[in-house]
Amino acid sequence: MEKGSMRTPLARVRYLGSAKSGTRHFWHQRVTSVALIPLTVAFVLIVVGLIGRNHAAAVQILGSPFVAIVMILFVLTSVYHMWIGMQEIIVDYIHSESKLTWLMLNTFFCFAIALSCIYAILKLSFGV
Amino acid sequence: MAEPKPSAASLRPLSPHLQIYKPMLTMMMSIVHRITGAALFFGTLLLAWWLLAAASGPTAYGKFQWVMESWIGLLVLFGYTWALIHHMLGGIRHLIWDTGRGFGPAEREWLTLATLIGSIGLTLILWIVGFLVTGGG
Repeated sequence: MEKGSMRTPLARVRYLGSAKSGTRHFWHQRVTSVALIPLTVAFVLIVVGLIGRNHAAAVQILGSPFVAIVMILFVLTSVYHMWIGMQEIIVDYIHSESKLTWLMLNTFFCFAIALSCIYAILKLSFGV
Repeated sequence: MAEPKPSAASLRPLSPHLQIYKPMLTMMMSIVHRITGAALFFGTLLLAWWLLAAASGPTAYGKFQWVMESWIGLLVLFGYTWALIHHMLGGIRHLIWDTGRGFGPAEREWLTLATLIGSIGLTLILWIVGFLVTGGG
């Protein structure tokens, strides 16, 4: 960045062409948030239905096709939503070189959570 | 370390930051939306633990239930419930704002207040239902 320039960041990049993907995360955050409204309601109902139930009941309910599919949709959508959200928080507050490390950790965490949850749901569905 | 001499550029006025504004409900709820979002990010660890415990067997599931039924577990779950509902209602408010509606001085205030009252109310209702389902156990 030119030091001491009075030009705004926007004026500096204007007419230089765009990366063509500037609004992708903004839009995906909206798409996932709309999808998460019914999915969250369904998730909360599933959890309330399992309060106080023992392991056998939990396995039976979580492993039934409809519940399992809703749970996988909920996990995938919310993890993608939170991945974008945490990335936004990181780039807002961390301006040093370590930003890249945090962005990577965010991605690793999200992949690990999504994979663990989906593995567990599939195992509950297919038995063993 | 000696203080670096302030340059002309660093003395230029900056745009005002948070501390200069009077706290307002919409601003507070904007901050809370981000905090609840970050909390839910880490809350997925509980979700993964729950599902993995169920997939592992009765012993692991019993351990999870034992922790969640302790008073600290219940407190965390209560907070989780509120954060989830509040973030969802806040998200709906943002989706309404995304359409360009609800920005009037009165509308934006009551919309914001509604998400707060709604999230607290719904959380309490859910927990009362939860306790009725289990008979308080």
